[in-house]
Amino acid sequence: MDVPCSEPKSCSDLKVIVCIRRVPDTSTRVKIASSGKSVDTSDVEFVINPYEEYALEQGVLLKEKYGGEVTVLTLGPEKSTQIIVKALALGATKAIHLKSENFPDEPTAVARSIASELKAVEFDVLLFGKKGVDDDSQQVGQIVAELLGIPCVTQVVKLDFSEGRAVAHREVEGGFLVVETTLPAAFTAEKDLAIPRYASLRELVAARKKPIVTTDPQLFSPMLEILAAQYPPARSPGKVIGKGVEAVPLLVKLLHEEAKVI
Amino acid sequence: MKGPVLVFAESSGSQFRKTSYEALTEGRRLADLLGTEEYALAIGHGLESVASDLGKYGADHVLVAESPDLGLFHPEYYRLIALDAAKKVSPGILLLPATSAGKDLAPRVAIHLNTGVASDCVQLELQDQELVATRPAYAGKVLLKVKVIGTPKIVTLRPNVFTSKELSPQKNPSLDRLPFNRPESRMTVKEFVAHGDKKLDLTEASVIVSGGRGMGGPENYKILEELANVMGGVVGASRASVDAGWRPHSDQVGQTGRTVSPTLYIACGISGAIQHRVGMMNSKVIVAINKDPEAPIFGFADYGIVGDVFEIVPALTLEMKKFYAKA
Repeated sequence: MDVPCSEPKSCSDLKVIVCIRRVPDTSTRVKIASSGKSVDTSDVEFVINPYEEYALEQGVLLKEKYGGEVTVLTLGPEKSTQIIVKALALGATKAIHLKSENFPDEPTAVARSIASELKAVEFDVLLFGKKGVDDDSQQVGQIVAELLGIPCVTQVVKLDFSEGRAVAHREVEGGFLVVETTLPAAFTAEKDLAIPRYASLRELVAARKKPIVTTDPQLFSPMLEILAAQYPPARSPGKVIGKGVEAVPLLVKLLHEEAKVI
Repeated sequence: MKGPVLVFAESSGSQFRKTSYEALTEGRRLADLLGTEEYALAIGHGLESVASDLGKYGADHVLVAESPDLGLFHPEYYRLIALDAAKKVSPGILLLPATSAGKDLAPRVAIHLNTGVASDCVQLELQDQELVATRPAYAGKVLLKVKVIGTPKIVTLRPNVFTSKELSPQKNPSLDRLPFNRPESRMTVKEFVAHGDKKLDLTEASVIVSGGRGMGGPENYKILEELANVMGGVVGASRASVDAGWRPHSDQVGQTGRTVSPTLYIACGISGAIQHRVGMMNSKVIVAINKDPEAPIFGFADYGIVGDVFEIVPALTLEMKKFYAKA
């Protein structure tokens, strides 16, 4: 695959793929399943992983700027249709659903399934969220890129093209790195890469007519075994030490003498 | 479990990050339990004179890859060098700090070695000589105990959770250079642009003064900056204040921001919604200042003061100045 074109302004066939993940909403209270090894998600509201909403918006902005198409791809159960339709309403052109009710939900296994599907697909830009807000592993984007042999820039807060190369700002401790790469390439979105838009009712209706290709994914063995899931130890209940500025000297005394942190 | 412990000692400029010492100390502990040796892997520029310092934290051997091209984290160069080191050492365990570089690098190395990664771990233990890692998921609402299938067991360690300890007597490590000839890469890491003059990252700070919606506007964070300066800390923010555009996202503490574990977290005008709580509940001590006595944060803050942040924070800054002048 070549660079989409040396003059992106005249480019009209940018192919963007955005991988999205179905996750419990971040306001969810987590309940551990009776197996003691996973989280019970039977009563949970699912959404598009927030980091992938930023990735999707970025993909749609690139399409609007340079022309082309945005395909969303997800590995997940039948019920993932809900987030696929949402993504189509938010501006994706079409969707690939790697449908599996019981896929091994572990970063390496998920990445291998996605990479094996993408081997046969042509694209210029591959977008992910930097991590899923459920698993918090921050691995899938890099592994897919390594398996496909393409460059990958993680934690991206800004992305554009210049002279046929991508220029990304990668958020790191205390600042950002400016990274340039050839295309095709993968990028993982940090928060606020692009602020997600809202889908109108009309777009939601139109989304139901956009094409969704459903396939049987190749599944792989996980590289992590979960032995147990536990709730974190509870903090001791809070203590109000006083009201107003009068309490300040006492606070300093407690921090020094009782908590010994200053 | 066979093979030594290999630790990626991340550097910034020509200094190792504090969190690299934490990883080395933890690696030393595991190496002793397993009766094996600890190797440190230093990648960067200007490290040769400081590389032997890694012996202070337990490294028996130090592998160094040095080049002007390695001064900034380049995922492909670093991955090649890490794989080179793994080939040389055949580690049973590979530890990396869970920094932006460590989190980027670990899975890239893992997939080429056909193994897995336990990310952002807060505790490691050996059960029947096998490594069991504890990692938070759902931003810490749940803790998972996991085993890595494959060798080496690759683990990234959350900064500020493991303690670093200088050995006495310290190790006098052997130094080995790993060759680096810059390979062809489609990626160029051009430059690092700093956010203002912030010295410390949130994840590495021992004191964080955080502001929420109750701060009322971006101009009011000045009083938090002043308190943080007096205490040698940094300023953080809640999602509400980041979404309002008052503070950059890099300051956000919570489920879609940073997870922090400072010694002292001072929450000012923050209600303590679950989204925020999960990002800071591993702080050693939490102080809350809020005018609403019903704010959820008072349910779990170690020390709460009910009142106006605009009165209490300046008073606290003054009191801290007095305290440090005496100390």
